[in-house]
Amino acid sequence: MSTNTDATAYNEDVVKKFVLAAIFWGVVGFLAGDFIAWQLAFPALNLDLEWTTFGRLRPVHTSAVIFAFGGNILFCTSLYVVQRTCRASLFGGSGFGTFVFWSFQAMIVAAALTYVLGFSQGQEYAEPEWWVDLWLTVNWVCYLIIFAGTIMKRKEPHIYVANWFFFAMILTVAMLHLGNNLAVPAGFFGGDWMKSYNIFGGVQNAMTQWWYGHNAVGFFLTAGFLGIMYYFVPKRAERPVYSYRLSIVHFWALIFLYIWAGPHHLHYTALPDWAQTLGATFSVMLWMPSWGGMINGLMTLSGAWDKLRTDPVMRFLVSSVAFYGMSTFEGPMMSIKAVNSLSHYTDWTIGHVHSGALGWVAFVSFGALYYLVPKLWGRKEVYSLKLVGLHFWVATIGIVLYITAMWISGIMQGLMWRAYDNLGFLQYSFIETVEAMHPYYVIRATGGLLFVLGALIMVYNFIKTIKGDVAEEAMQPSTAGAR
Amino acid sequence: MAHVEHDVISGQNTTGHEWDGIKELNTPLPKWWVYVFWACVIWAIGYWIAMPTWPTTNGFTRGMLEYSSRGDLANELDIQKKARSQWLTKLEAASVEDIAKDKTLLNYALAGGKIAFGENCSACHGSGGVGVAGAYPRLADDEWIWGGTLEDIHQTIQYGVRNENGESRQSEMLAFGTGDTLDATQVDQLADYVLSLSSKTPAAGSPGEAIFAERCTACHAEGGVGTKELGAPALNNNIWLFKGDKESAKQGVVNQITKPRHGSMPAWAGRLDAATIKMLAVYVHSLGGGK
Repeated sequence: MSTNTDATAYNEDVVKKFVLAAIFWGVVGFLAGDFIAWQLAFPALNLDLEWTTFGRLRPVHTSAVIFAFGGNILFCTSLYVVQRTCRASLFGGSGFGTFVFWSFQAMIVAAALTYVLGFSQGQEYAEPEWWVDLWLTVNWVCYLIIFAGTIMKRKEPHIYVANWFFFAMILTVAMLHLGNNLAVPAGFFGGDWMKSYNIFGGVQNAMTQWWYGHNAVGFFLTAGFLGIMYYFVPKRAERPVYSYRLSIVHFWALIFLYIWAGPHHLHYTALPDWAQTLGATFSVMLWMPSWGGMINGLMTLSGAWDKLRTDPVMRFLVSSVAFYGMSTFEGPMMSIKAVNSLSHYTDWTIGHVHSGALGWVAFVSFGALYYLVPKLWGRKEVYSLKLVGLHFWVATIGIVLYITAMWISGIMQGLMWRAYDNLGFLQYSFIETVEAMHPYYVIRATGGLLFVLGALIMVYNFIKTIKGDVAEEAMQPSTAGAR
Repeated sequence: MAHVEHDVISGQNTTGHEWDGIKELNTPLPKWWVYVFWACVIWAIGYWIAMPTWPTTNGFTRGMLEYSSRGDLANELDIQKKARSQWLTKLEAASVEDIAKDKTLLNYALAGGKIAFGENCSACHGSGGVGVAGAYPRLADDEWIWGGTLEDIHQTIQYGVRNENGESRQSEMLAFGTGDTLDATQVDQLADYVLSLSSKTPAAGSPGEAIFAERCTACHAEGGVGTKELGAPALNNNIWLFKGDKESAKQGVVNQITKPRHGSMPAWAGRLDAATIKMLAVYVHSLGGGK
């Protein structure tokens, strides 16, 4: 029998730390991303300094948003959710959690510094050199112990669906990280101790890299964030989850199918045809399993749709699920070889990634943060729901500018590359396609700027919330958010 | 333990579990979801039958269509090659001068040269051959370091400049200011004179003129008109590769006299086929208005 009188003392100290770190790294990562977006439009912004070139700042951006922002969000939400849904305090207690916190933040700083100084394994999303990888491995194993230990201690008979997704994320990311970073430090052979070489070469290296890269999206940014969705959407909507059966079926289908889809990143390359076929077909089969999460997220709102009008936090959560649905349709479509032959290597891919990253990952994170911050700091609600609404619209317009600019730019680029004139010659040289993309790069960077602006509004709102201020609008008798 | 409830809004029962206040409905799978999922699976199986798919111990299943992306590429290249073959044979047989005289062949070569230039040359010489000041010569003018006739340009593209190819164009300006050839004052005087060459009134009778006559005319020729066979650029006009902007103009010339920089260009014979190189020569020639 479940009871509402909860005597368990939850460990919120560690969760609070991860919340603050997530907000901090989010702003850093968004700023870095927008800066490099302006660099693409105006190359003079590379500043003629080796440390500030696009090549070095780009991994700073991707690592900051995925691992620093996304990672800290996963830490704070999973450690909050696992305690509440298991009615158990964190395994290992506050000390162990705090150790993981500081160790993770230091690892991020080390990774960013090495990129700027020019050290990189040269593998996308796996840029950190071998010693940073080892450091992260220790970190991740500690996280696994805390999470699994808390589940073992649970006082609930069943494990809640959010925890399945978090657990799948932790296990798979561990496997991916180890598999793709099997590198030998060059120091063993008299080389530079800072540098390492992957044990795989050529096409094998490409294959393991995209097995890793695709599943970093699939497990870190999809499964993990579905875990967030499964707790915060029903909580905020105050409605039961739409379908338990769907959650089981789509969980296992997603886990099983996602892991094979990586080769679609290597269509029309030296990768053997058979592997490309498998990558494409598994990606298409992944469409419905991905949408299972969307259905469960959106349909949980039935009976509470009016909250979309009154609660801007709900708006963030629901829009994130809508963006998730859009990009998990776009992804399988782009993995079809005929479509890929147009989209590959163009900005369309960048647009696709960002509709997922900004629309899904960041929005569901914002929704969770707006829920968590007042809860953790013992406030009734955030300082100003009006500002949450403003953040939502500024960020949404930013995303729309970003992805539409990249769609146009990408499709144009793809069509220009394959255009022939009537004599049978290519119609455009590469540099002409670059010139044609310039206006869209400016629009994209402007969209990014709006997104950063939205995040700064959120930071202001949180500072006020933590200080305990309440905006006038919320003190009116018409209650929070009713407009 | 389980405490099943009926949810009035959805008409479904809950599973009876609860976590931190969250309950779950036991709604069946949406039918359309199940159907679309199976449709995708069936499509995938069909694709596997048609296309190369499953690895086996000694290869992989080839698929009924016997598709291969390498084969596909070879076919496409073949089709293009066939479509171009009549032109390519003509281009290979003709000299660059012949091409320039034959109007249809010229049109074809200009179109082909333009795209070949965009893909191979514009990285250094800029889009449309505008060049990069201080690094790569501008081709869209009538000033040519190694000669601007069709045959000159053809030669330069084929073998390049100051590279390891045996036929490459070679020349090297001496470093007049590093040994004991010229002292700093002399370099300064010489630079003043060189700069005056491109004005209407060269500084006749200046100390620089005497140095120029003694040291420079062997290559840059009298009056600084340049010698194309030696790749010695004309100095009597306002087209400079290593001069820099107005403020640093003199410093640029001083630097070049003291310890000259030399550009180099790869040989394209062997990288591009003969017909493409001829098309490039014709196209580049057209950029400078043909001189």
